[in-house]
Amino acid sequence: MTNIFRGFGAIFYKEVLHVRRDFATLFFSLIIPLLQMTLLGYGIDTNIRQINTVVFNADGRRESRELLDRLKNSDTFRLIRYVQNDRDLNDMIISGRARVGIKIPVDYSDRLLHQMSAQVLVLIDGSDSSVAGQAINVTTAIGLDESLRHVLQDRVAFGVDMRPKILFNPDSRSPNFFLPGLTAILLLNVTTFLTAFSIVREKQQGTLEQLFVTPVRPMGLLLGKLLPYLGIGFFELILILTCMRFVFQVPIHGNVLLLAFLSLPYLFVSLSLGILISSKANSQAEAMQLAFLTILPSVFFSGYIFPRETIPTILYPLSYLVPATYFINITRGIILRGAGLVHLWTDGLALFFLGTLLLILAARRFHNKAILA
Amino acid sequence: MLATQTQPFAEPAISAEHLVRRFGNLTAVNDVSFRVEKGEIFGFLGPNGSGKTTVIKMLTGLLPLSGGSARVEGLDVRTDAEGVRERIGYMSQNFSLYYDLTVEENLKFYGRIYSLEPARLKRRMEEVIQLNGFEPYLKRLAAQLSGGWKQRLALGCAMLHEPNLLFLDEPTAGIDPVARRQLWDLLFELSGHGITFFVTTHYMDEAERCSHVAYIYFGKLIADGTPDSLRQLPDVQPQGTLRVEITTPEVTRALRLARHIPGIRSATIFGQSIHALVDENFDLDGLRSQLLKNGIAVAEIRSLAPSLEDAFVELTYKHQALLEAAGD
Repeated sequence: MTNIFRGFGAIFYKEVLHVRRDFATLFFSLIIPLLQMTLLGYGIDTNIRQINTVVFNADGRRESRELLDRLKNSDTFRLIRYVQNDRDLNDMIISGRARVGIKIPVDYSDRLLHQMSAQVLVLIDGSDSSVAGQAINVTTAIGLDESLRHVLQDRVAFGVDMRPKILFNPDSRSPNFFLPGLTAILLLNVTTFLTAFSIVREKQQGTLEQLFVTPVRPMGLLLGKLLPYLGIGFFELILILTCMRFVFQVPIHGNVLLLAFLSLPYLFVSLSLGILISSKANSQAEAMQLAFLTILPSVFFSGYIFPRETIPTILYPLSYLVPATYFINITRGIILRGAGLVHLWTDGLALFFLGTLLLILAARRFHNKAILA
Repeated sequence: MLATQTQPFAEPAISAEHLVRRFGNLTAVNDVSFRVEKGEIFGFLGPNGSGKTTVIKMLTGLLPLSGGSARVEGLDVRTDAEGVRERIGYMSQNFSLYYDLTVEENLKFYGRIYSLEPARLKRRMEEVIQLNGFEPYLKRLAAQLSGGWKQRLALGCAMLHEPNLLFLDEPTAGIDPVARRQLWDLLFELSGHGITFFVTTHYMDEAERCSHVAYIYFGKLIADGTPDSLRQLPDVQPQGTLRVEITTPEVTRALRLARHIPGIRSATIFGQSIHALVDENFDLDGLRSQLLKNGIAVAEIRSLAPSLEDAFVELTYKHQALLEAAGD
C-alpha cells in the first residue's frame, strides 16, 4: 500500500513501448551527437598555431632574417605579409587580417654586432586573449633564447636547464583533450531533452493528469520514466566512446568499465534534470529554453573549454553545482590520465548526490501536483 | 430534493459538503453540497467555465479543497486520496490515451497501473474487450481509432480495475450521435451492475436520461434532484402560468413580436418553434391572429410540459437576476 515506487513497472513497460514505436526519434537523438562529435572533433584545434602575422623589416640584413625564420619555425606564426611602413603594419592588425605585427628596426643588426641591446617591437591584437597569450609566450621565449645564444656564444651549458615533460597527451593532440569533455556535454544534451520531452508530451496529451488519478506514486512514475532513458544514454555513451577511440584515435589509458560505471550517476543527474525541467515547462519550446539554460553553464563552468581556474572567485563555487564538472574530471581522468576509482570516487559520489537531490525536488513538485496548475 | 429509491443507511458514493475552491481572487466553486447514492447515474450540468471540471478534480484528489469536505466511496478525499484513487475510475474530456500504443497495450498498461495480478488482469482484459467489442481493433494504434472508439477505449481503461464509481468528464463531447447512443446504452448496462456514474455533459437529452441531475452556475449549485422534480420546481413553472409551443416557419420574427405582447412572460427559440411561458388565462387564439396580422403563418400552438432545458434556462435567468441584484 505504502510502496513509494508504486506504478514503476507499468510506467517502465509503457516507456519502452513508446521508445520502440518512435524509432525515428530515437535514431536521430543517437546519431546527431555522433555527427556533432565528428564535426567538432575535426574542426576544433585548441592548440594555437599559425597565427597570421605581418612583418615590417626595416633592417633586412641576415640577422633580422634569421630572427624571422626562427619565429616562422616555431609553428606559432604564419608570416602572411611584409610591409614597408608603420601605417600598413597597423592597418593590417586593425582590419583583423593579422593578429600580430612584428617590426624590426633599421639598426637591429648593427646593434647586435656591437653587442648592444636590440629591440624588436611586437604588436599583438588583444581581442582574443588566448591568441595574445600564446603570441607573448612564444615571442618572449624566442627573444630570450636569441639573447642567450649571443651572450653565451658557442655551446656552453645553460646554468638552469628547465626540462618540461608533458605527462599525459604528450603530443598535445586536440581531440585527446577535447573529446572526453565533449562526451559529457553531448550526453547531457541527449538525456535531458529526452526525459523532458517525454513528460511534457504527457502533460500536453492530458495523460499525466490521468496518471495522477491512478494510484501511481511520484517516485514510481519518475523512476519508470528515467530508467529506459538511462539505458538509451548508456548506449549513446558506448557509441560516443567507440567513435572517439576508433575514428579519432584517442587512446583510453584507464579502465573502460570504470568509465561506464561512473557514467551511471552522471546520466542519473542529467535525466533528473530533464524531469525537473519538465515539471516547470508546459510546452516543448519552454522545455528547450530551460534545457539550454542548463547547457551553457555546463559548457563554460565545467572546465570543458576554459580551465576552471580562470573562473572568478565569486562564481567559482558555481562550478561545483555543474554536473559536467565532475564528469569531465572523470572522463579526462580515465581516458587521459589512466585514473582509477581511488582517484575519482568523490566525483562519482558528488554526481549521485546531485542526482538524488534533483529527483527528490522533482518528485515533490509532482506530488503536490504543482505542475498541473 | 434527493434522488429516488435510496436505502437509508447505505453510505453514499459521494457526499460533498460545502465544497469551496478558490484560484487567487476567483471563487470557482462556491459552497457546493450534494450527495450521490450508489448505483445512480448522476448528471452534473452547467455552462462552460461554471466549475464542473473543478468539482471533479476536487473529488478525485487532483485539486486540494479550499474549504468544505468530501467523502468518496466512504473515504475522505483530503486524508485518503490514495484510497479514493484505488476505488474510482476517471475519464477526462480529452480521453487521455497513449496514441502511439495499441488498444491492447493501452488496456494492459492501465491494468498494470492498478497492480492487477496477472490472472485478474487477463480476466478483466477479456471482459472489457468483450463488453466494448474491441476484438477487431486490439492491434490498432489508439491514434487510428475514430472519436467514438477512442472514447470507448478511454472508458475501457478507466473501468479495467472494476471501480465502483466512474467520473466521466464530458464523455460525449465531439463524438457522433450513434457513438453517443451506444455509450449511454453501455452506461445503463453498467449502472445495472451497481456502478455509480458521475457524468458531466452539455447535452440535454443526456441529462434527461440521468437518474439524478445537478446544475452548477458560476460556481453555485442552483438545482439538485431527479429530472422530474426539477421540471416541477416553482421557479420553472410558476403558479398561474402555462408553457406553450408555437410552431411557425418564421421563428425569429415571431419571437421579436411575441416578446412585446403582454401576458407572455418569457420566450425562447427551440428549433422550428418558440417555447413561451404565458399567463394561465392568456388568449392563445388572440396571439394566433395577432401573428397572422403581421404576416406570420402559425402552424400550431399547443401547451407543453417543461423540458429539463426549460428548467435550466429558467433557473439560470433567475440566478442571473439575483447576481445582478447583488452586484448593484
